[in-house]
Amino acid sequence: MGVAARIGVVVFPGTNCEHDVVQAVERLGGRGELLWHGDTELGAVDAVVLPGGFAHGDYLRPGALARFSPIMDAVTRFARQGGAVVGICNGFQVLTEAGLLPGALQKNGRLRFLCQPTGLRVTSTASVLTGLAEVGQELVIPINHFSGSYTCDAETLRALRDGDRIVLRYTDNPNGSVDDIAGIANEAGNVVGLMPHPERASHALLGSEDGLVLLRSLLSAAAAPAAA
Amino acid sequence: MRFFARVEVQLRPGIADPEGATIERALPALGFDGVDHVRAGRSFSFEVDAADEGAARSKATELADRLLANPVIEESRLELELLGG
Repeated sequence: MGVAARIGVVVFPGTNCEHDVVQAVERLGGRGELLWHGDTELGAVDAVVLPGGFAHGDYLRPGALARFSPIMDAVTRFARQGGAVVGICNGFQVLTEAGLLPGALQKNGRLRFLCQPTGLRVTSTASVLTGLAEVGQELVIPINHFSGSYTCDAETLRALRDGDRIVLRYTDNPNGSVDDIAGIANEAGNVVGLMPHPERASHALLGSEDGLVLLRSLLSAAAAPAAA
Repeated sequence: MRFFARVEVQLRPGIADPEGATIERALPALGFDGVDHVRAGRSFSFEVDAADEGAARSKATELADRLLANPVIEESRLELELLGG
């Protein structure tokens, strides 16, 4: 990596993990740039992260209103052109509502808000977020959500499995997600959504550095755009 | 013409409904016997200006499908009523 990869981090009203993502990205040598949801252009970024939080207060449903924010047209164009787009937690909910990823995130089984370190297994490396990880690699990364139970119809699940698009699975499913799904990718692998927060596992002081391999994968994909 | 619209949104049959299930589990303790199949949902109401009932229905249906419900997991039901005047 010569020039630092520029990671655009989208801020909706109510987003609250943007600085954590920027800090983690910069720790790895990338450059984080905050992008306002009301803008219509992304500028010269190499990848886009939709970070966690409560975009538009999570009114109606998580992600339901964020999907209509002006910047989402630019994010969608960027994704269609093969640009790396990652949605973390609330960002994952936005990507499903926007139709950039299939399925939906429902209230957790047993209706519990979950905020805890969670065991994960990398189950596909065919994505911009897992390219440098290994299949079978186990990671401990925190989750922090009320609506993180991934659900989809049988046909979609088959397509996800057959296409090697389930990138992360829970080792001990905490929220009732179908097939233990913690993260998925689109067909091309350039759009990824996950409920765990890799930026909260990016320094030993935070209790885990297991998120770094995911963020490093993203920076590496961003440095070599659309090559995957 | 002006119409009053009410849209009810519920999870599709077969989609787990933890809210409905939790309510149902609480019922015996409250003395409600013989009540089951509880499903939770939401209700929205709004008023629509349109040329006729068909146009109002299609506008309200589009609004329900694009925004109020997530068709991946939810279904919606629309009731329309002509407002006098």
